[in-house]
Amino acid sequence: MSVRPYYASQGAVPLSHKLSEVKWSLAILIALIACVGFAVLYSAAGGSLEPWAQRQIIRFMIGFFILLAVACVDLRVWMGLAYPAYACSLLLLVAVEVAGRVGLGAQRWIELGPLQLQPSELMKIALVLALSRYLHGLGPGEVSRPLKLLPPLIMIAVPAVFVLMQPNLGTATLLAVGGALLLFLAGLSWHWIAATGATIAIAVPTAWQFLLHDYQKQRVLTFLNPDSDALGAGWNITQAKIALGSGGLLGKGFLMGTQSRLNFLPEKETDFVLPIIGEEFGFIGTMVLLGMFAAVIWYGIQIAMTARSQFGRLLAMGVTLNFFLYIMINALMVMGLIPVVGIPMPLISYGGTAMMTVMFGFGLLMSVHVHRHVNVPRHSSGMI
Amino acid sequence: MALIEKKPKSRHATFTRRSLVVSGGMTAVFGVLAGRLYQLQIENGDLYLNRAEDNRINQRLLAPMRGRIVDRFGVALASNRRNYRVLLVPEQTRGGVVQTMDALAKVIPINERIRAKVLKDALVNKPFVPLIVAENLGWDDFARLNLDLPYLPGVLPDVGDTRDYPYTEEFSHVLGYVAPVAAEDKSAPQEVASDDPILEVPGVRIGKRGIEKTYDTAIRGRAGASRVEVNAYGRVIRELGRDEGTPGRDVYLTIDRELQNLIFERLKNESAAAAVMDIENGDVLALVSTPGFDANAFNVGLTPEQWNDLTTDDHKPLINKALSGAYPPGSTFKTVTALAALDQGAITPETMFNCSGIVRLGTHDFHCWRKGGHGAMNLRLGLKNSCDCYFYQVAMKLGIDGLQAAAHRLGLGQPTGIEIPGERGGFIPDRFWKQATFKEPWQQGETLVAGIGQGYILATPLQLCVLAARIASGTQVSPRLVHSLGTQKLGRPAAEGIGFSAAALAAVRQGMNAATNEPGGTGYPWRINDSKFAMAGKTGTAQVRVITREEHITGVRTNESLPWSLRDHALFIAYAPVDKPRYACAVVIEHGAIAPHPQVQVARDALLFAQQRDIVGRPPSYPVTSASAAP
Repeated sequence: MSVRPYYASQGAVPLSHKLSEVKWSLAILIALIACVGFAVLYSAAGGSLEPWAQRQIIRFMIGFFILLAVACVDLRVWMGLAYPAYACSLLLLVAVEVAGRVGLGAQRWIELGPLQLQPSELMKIALVLALSRYLHGLGPGEVSRPLKLLPPLIMIAVPAVFVLMQPNLGTATLLAVGGALLLFLAGLSWHWIAATGATIAIAVPTAWQFLLHDYQKQRVLTFLNPDSDALGAGWNITQAKIALGSGGLLGKGFLMGTQSRLNFLPEKETDFVLPIIGEEFGFIGTMVLLGMFAAVIWYGIQIAMTARSQFGRLLAMGVTLNFFLYIMINALMVMGLIPVVGIPMPLISYGGTAMMTVMFGFGLLMSVHVHRHVNVPRHSSGMI
Repeated sequence: MALIEKKPKSRHATFTRRSLVVSGGMTAVFGVLAGRLYQLQIENGDLYLNRAEDNRINQRLLAPMRGRIVDRFGVALASNRRNYRVLLVPEQTRGGVVQTMDALAKVIPINERIRAKVLKDALVNKPFVPLIVAENLGWDDFARLNLDLPYLPGVLPDVGDTRDYPYTEEFSHVLGYVAPVAAEDKSAPQEVASDDPILEVPGVRIGKRGIEKTYDTAIRGRAGASRVEVNAYGRVIRELGRDEGTPGRDVYLTIDRELQNLIFERLKNESAAAAVMDIENGDVLALVSTPGFDANAFNVGLTPEQWNDLTTDDHKPLINKALSGAYPPGSTFKTVTALAALDQGAITPETMFNCSGIVRLGTHDFHCWRKGGHGAMNLRLGLKNSCDCYFYQVAMKLGIDGLQAAAHRLGLGQPTGIEIPGERGGFIPDRFWKQATFKEPWQQGETLVAGIGQGYILATPLQLCVLAARIASGTQVSPRLVHSLGTQKLGRPAAEGIGFSAAALAAVRQGMNAATNEPGGTGYPWRINDSKFAMAGKTGTAQVRVITREEHITGVRTNESLPWSLRDHALFIAYAPVDKPRYACAVVIEHGAIAPHPQVQVARDALLFAQQRDIVGRPPSYPVTSASAAP
């Protein structure tokens, strides 16, 4: 077979060859977006590298190294690591949840020296890996068989419920929607999709109308939108919209955003970073940024389409969809179209774990590209 | 379809198809984001830009300098003085607000009340908001504080402006006072121009009484503004622009502070009122009401004890008695009765009436103040001796209707229109009023009582001064206090003739002259000896109690033997000089009708002082006027 020699000689491929296979245009595009982030964090601090921009640069450099390192690791290694990674992430997720409840604290992360490790962030990658591996093992049409469909549904539901209990609605949504989209891409039959859609369409309003008491409804509403009071999220969203809108066509200019400089914008270095861009660079600048995001997604789809293995395709698309959902939820939130959920803008927002997981995800995407010709066996490889 | 999906590469095909669907969805989401951005930034960009500007720009109003109030010779009666204040910025203190207040208390006096207020304010306000710790500090305290500043971080000395009344009680009723804007001020738009942004200036004071109130909108000026950029916590980042506003206009009064001072010093221990007017143009030269109060205390803020003292004092210092005190005019009103009777033809100056000490009407006896009577009286003698019986009989011939019309022409029974709020109109009764109020017809006996200024008749001291001025000038002269606002001269109509015949006026003037300048006249002992300055006048005594029939028989008790509040009021109206009148004066001393006629002495001294000083002849220091259009 034509692929056989390649597969056989896999271990001997030099690192330099792998690095030359990396899609450098995508890597540069990612770095450019990160640079926009540095500039915005510099501006948010009132024209200072402290306290955010400098650290973000260092994190990005580490993240970029991780990206390259992950890209050079064989795809079959990642497939082999998929289930263990999922198991570890789930274990950590349960551990912090239990620790959080027992200690009556709200801490949902693990201290790793200077880094804070959030298991829910790890789970985003691990779930994509695990689902890709599972769906890779299914034959055409098999995904629609109830018994074959049950395991991935459980794989999605368990971490989603744990994250939801933290409570972190944004990340739970990311996990659930990202997982469901992978099932869809793997060929889940339209019957299932239609049936699920119909069930949700009927069940939710029915339960809302007849099964829940008023106080339960109120709890659900409060849970869905914890800061529904006017001085909380209402104020945040109002200020975010003012920041965005006041930018107009061309913006107020770099370092000239009054909403961010005078602290009217809440959490401006994390979740509400996009309004700073809107305020200082206007409609044109924001659209350019969205265009850069769209280009990254376009690269992701290209890589997925050209991958030889189903695992590679699903992994690439899963990572890309995760990136897209991040952007979508954050942007819709700061534009006041959905309630406030704590989802940062990838590559731009200040934050360690998010930067690392996003860069790790791009590393996997890049690995799919580097190993796009690799033929991955249907079942567990012997590389691990 | 099913056949294709069984082949391995069909998974790739399915993936590709589904990826296209997902890509379509993502494209749609990007479309939504772009559309929303367009809506926020392009369609509503201006709206949000305005809201962003509203967020960051704060308008801080600046109080303009309040206009001064000066007398006719330029003496400042109300001005502004430096207000040495101490501010405290909690976040700049070392060791907290409590410790700093303790340290501060060793340098300047801080009482418990202020201390508690500052500590409370410190909890409520953001830590960078300056709190006022002390105001109106003396220079010594302020200097000492500045010396200790290096050891008091967070303490800011500050100099502001505050209203100052150098002559305090002397002018408290003319000038009024200023005080912080109260809630009810804002609901009385026509009076205080409630839409004026100046009312929003923190700590601003507005006029509450007197000239300060009447001309408040002119005196207060136009508020300036400082546009500052603030951050989300309200901290001022920088000043963007500044408009200093326009200082208020100065008010030039016709008052002479020297004359005011002379009268006030003579009356300050009494409950009394006095007015001096220029009879040619109505300029009020002095307008005194005693006791006064310290208007500066109102500005700073009265303590409950101070307020209690002011409101419970039986001399009623808060009332402007010169125009809000209405008294029975007593015998001073005989001039009105005389003029009315002459004008109506009821008497001639030589008409004689006999005074036996008593006039009997039906079953009622009407007594003269002099037991045993005065004998035969004509008008001159009647006024000279202030003979009650003479005027009972004049009034009987005249009737109440003629009396009322003449009184109104002489300025009684309606407000004079002086530029001070709260003026009362006094009262002149008539038949219709009596019928409407008491459901009884007018009694002739009431006409007799009215003829000597008792009964229902009430007049303010200012009205009595106008009465004297009108008799002396023969015109309907009206009093005014304000000559000009800033450089704008306030116009006033020329006084019209009063409509009494020259002969009638001359006869009454002759009687008043006899009362003060002929031996035996009621005011003779306190006349002005220098004939160049001689005054003509009419004394009056107003009863505040009912004298019983028994008392008439046994002898009326002297005022000196009665408690203060039961003594008669003492009144006097006069003008001077006799030959060529220029000054009119009225003095009323509540419960002051004792032997040495203090009210006559005060009027004599005031008129003599005014003439010797030649108040109306000296050049006033009014500003060069721009307009003098009469309204």
